[in-house]
Amino acid sequence: MSDALELPAYARSLGITVAGVDAGMPLLSVDFGANVEGRPGHYHGGATAGLLEAAGYAALRTALLAVGRDPQLKPINITVQYLAAGKSQASFAAARITRLGRRNANVAVEAWQDDRTRPIATAVMNILMV
Amino acid sequence: MIVTGCPAPLCVQAMTTPPARFDAREASKWFFRHGHTAWLGLRFHDQGDDWVELELPWREDLLGERHRPVLASGPIISLMDMASGMAIWQASGTFAPVATLDLRVDYQRPARDRASVRGRVECYRRTRSAAFVRGIAHDGDPDDPVAHVAGVFMTIGADPRAANPALGERGQ
Repeated sequence: MSDALELPAYARSLGITVAGVDAGMPLLSVDFGANVEGRPGHYHGGATAGLLEAAGYAALRTALLAVGRDPQLKPINITVQYLAAGKSQASFAAARITRLGRRNANVAVEAWQDDRTRPIATAVMNILMV
Repeated sequence: MIVTGCPAPLCVQAMTTPPARFDAREASKWFFRHGHTAWLGLRFHDQGDDWVELELPWREDLLGERHRPVLASGPIISLMDMASGMAIWQASGTFAPVATLDLRVDYQRPARDRASVRGRVECYRRTRSAAFVRGIAHDGDPDDPVAHVAGVFMTIGADPRAANPALGERGQ
């Protein structure tokens, strides 16, 4: 499944990779480095949001491919909640599709570092499919 | 969490010279040299008493779609997050660390092909422990935005309690 998944240029350029599969959805990860650093030694909130968003799109693309659909995806909105500072180590993110409609998908995403049960950020996204 | 904290050169300066009023234009010279914002190539564009406008230049490796030369939405979140923090410092006049609690971006339309995107954010309300921001991203015409943004930040240094929930601790 992950092989069929091509991350967008922005995600690849930031250093995001598909690290595996989580509950049937792509598990994305990014290593800590200058590309993602905000306050010294910590993730920039925008980089964390980029990881969340990439995981959301990857999950939706996976769910669509599974039912033979390949629409163009357009962002409607994203709301990010920051729960804890992202420290200087790898971060992971995975999403689940809350609802897959004809035109709109509702996606929920979590990002974490060493402990899956303590997310550093979550997001909800609405994505338009045309 | 972006705890948009103090880059080392400014901290050193703050310890050795009297505190000057935060100035986004001056601070940009330091902020965009390192880390994520340097990688994005963010640039200062304009400022007011309680707002800051930054620019995200178009770049091929920041694209979000497979067949269109349009900037991805991810870097636009980074742009708006950074402009939000700087608008808060611009409004307060002081460079105290803040943590993003919640940031919402509504995308009205894709940016135009090969267009840079500017993010203009104002801090419209500050309380002792929170700062509220709103703003737009546009690609040339502020009356035809690419996105709207709303966010809440927590001011870390100003919290009167010993334990600060923004730092992940509990208790009064």
